[in-house]
Amino acid sequence: MKLVVVSAGLSSPSSTRLLADRLAASAAGRLRQAGATAEIEVEVEVEVEVEVVELRDLALDIAKHLVTGFPPPALGAALGAVADADGLIAVTPVFNASYSGLFKSFFDLVDPDALTGTPVLLAATGGTARHSLVLDHALRPLFAHLRAPTVPTAVYAASEDWGSRGPGADGHADGLAARIDRAAGELAGLMAARPGMGTAGAGRDNGIPDVVPFEQQLARLGG
Amino acid sequence: MQFGIFTVGDVTPDPTNGRTPSEHERIKAMVTLALKAEEVGLDVFATGEHHNPPFVPSSPTTMLGYVAARTERLVLSTSTTLITTNDPVKIAEDYAMLQHLADGRVDLMMGRGNTGPVYPWFGQDIRQGIPLAIENYGLLHKLWRTEVVDWEGHFRTPLQGFTSTPRPLDGVPPFVWHGSIRSPEIAEQAAYYGDGFFHNNIFWPQEHTRKMVGLYRQRYAHYGHGAPEQAIVGLGGQVFMRHNSQDAVREFRPYFDNAPVYGHGPSLEEFTEQTPLTVGSPQQVIERTLGFRETVGDYQRQLFLMDHAGLPLKTVLEQLDLLGEEVVPVLRKEFASLRPAGVPETAPAHPATTRKESA
Repeated sequence: MKLVVVSAGLSSPSSTRLLADRLAASAAGRLRQAGATAEIEVEVEVEVEVEVVELRDLALDIAKHLVTGFPPPALGAALGAVADADGLIAVTPVFNASYSGLFKSFFDLVDPDALTGTPVLLAATGGTARHSLVLDHALRPLFAHLRAPTVPTAVYAASEDWGSRGPGADGHADGLAARIDRAAGELAGLMAARPGMGTAGAGRDNGIPDVVPFEQQLARLGG
Repeated sequence: MQFGIFTVGDVTPDPTNGRTPSEHERIKAMVTLALKAEEVGLDVFATGEHHNPPFVPSSPTTMLGYVAARTERLVLSTSTTLITTNDPVKIAEDYAMLQHLADGRVDLMMGRGNTGPVYPWFGQDIRQGIPLAIENYGLLHKLWRTEVVDWEGHFRTPLQGFTSTPRPLDGVPPFVWHGSIRSPEIAEQAAYYGDGFFHNNIFWPQEHTRKMVGLYRQRYAHYGHGAPEQAIVGLGGQVFMRHNSQDAVREFRPYFDNAPVYGHGPSLEEFTEQTPLTVGSPQQVIERTLGFRETVGDYQRQLFLMDHAGLPLKTVLEQLDLLGEEVVPVLRKEFASLRPAGVPETAPAHPATTRKESA
């Protein structure tokens, strides 16, 4: 099973990547665990492959794709990984009250059908918790447009979350670790329940594009 | 195999001196290049069709008719004719007329056009691009082959008892290519009719070209027109040459860096690696072009884009000299020696042109 993580942090090391890695580790652990305890006749070992796409490394490629219309090789591979993912974790820093431009530019280049049905966990980082609704007001509609089911728990990590324990800084929400685990559990659940699990992308690229037979194209004109 | 040039007809400032040609200069330059193409022994001149600045060729058959009168041998074609926003009835009439004037030296390439506002300007909807291409071409195909047409569709007014005039020369319609970069539906359409498929690969990685041509060949055979390798394939190409390849790179770089399509993006080096653009010596162009055959198999038409991005006419004429004198003769020989028996050498020519040659 393939879990792809898109991280749009710009600094190195970045708290966005830190959050992405925590989410990925938790989700991968849940998936492996679920495989080990599943009630199945034949023992199946769930292999979870985690691939991290660092958008910082692809920033110039993304700009080039925007102006030429095709991806340089490294970006092409990253877009292919996203299209073939069984589950996706998308993490962005909050810039000027929304996802970063780099994050949006990358997803602007994802084929509109590539994420249809792919479970997605949304996460964001920011200097203050005041922007946490970015997850629901900016990221969720983007992935709704891409027809990707998003898990109910989206994770926002403000700077202060990295130094708190137990309940969240406001004293009401769960702490960061608990939110990460809950979101990762939801993602693992959706990925495991997905039909054709583990076969995403199989046979997708046999070298010849799919085509609608001409008679059907003609028939569509009628009626 | 046929070799030629295709022009977009852009009016672009020369980035090295900031000078922008007038529309009149550009139109005359396009004609000069067409005449030069024949002079240096090329086979085809194709013009684009656009209905928005900074492009000038809105009226292809006017230009091609003028070129026809001043040439003897050159095949006149388009790159592309907008099958979506032109009335197919007018395309049928215009190109049949051109065919008569040019004694059969005409074929054309259908394209959809990707400039959003052109669709509403001509009363159409870009979201209907593929259905428009399918329906309009269906009508065009019929108008050239059926004397009296009764027809009804979705995108234009119905026809009752309509005869498109003039009839195609000697009853043989112009050969048609279908050009598309990324729509499998169009490769399928070309295959269905047994028409040619042109992949304008110049801005795209070759892998993509291989897939689209592969699809077309497979479907061409499916529809019973012949074996996959007998399908009629055309490709684009984009080159800039000097005898010393470093001179070519140095001279072309400012045009590349500021080019309307890909300028201010990837470097010249990246773009030449990832797309068919070749900037170097004639020998490098020969090798690269022969490499296209490795990607798509033996093919029938190679068109080069030579006159864009603000390159001055004088420079482009020098390029055509190199193309005609040093590149194409070698390519003709090499492609001919590699082509297996049974694979067509060119797209079907109009019978009137072969009569003329044997006369």
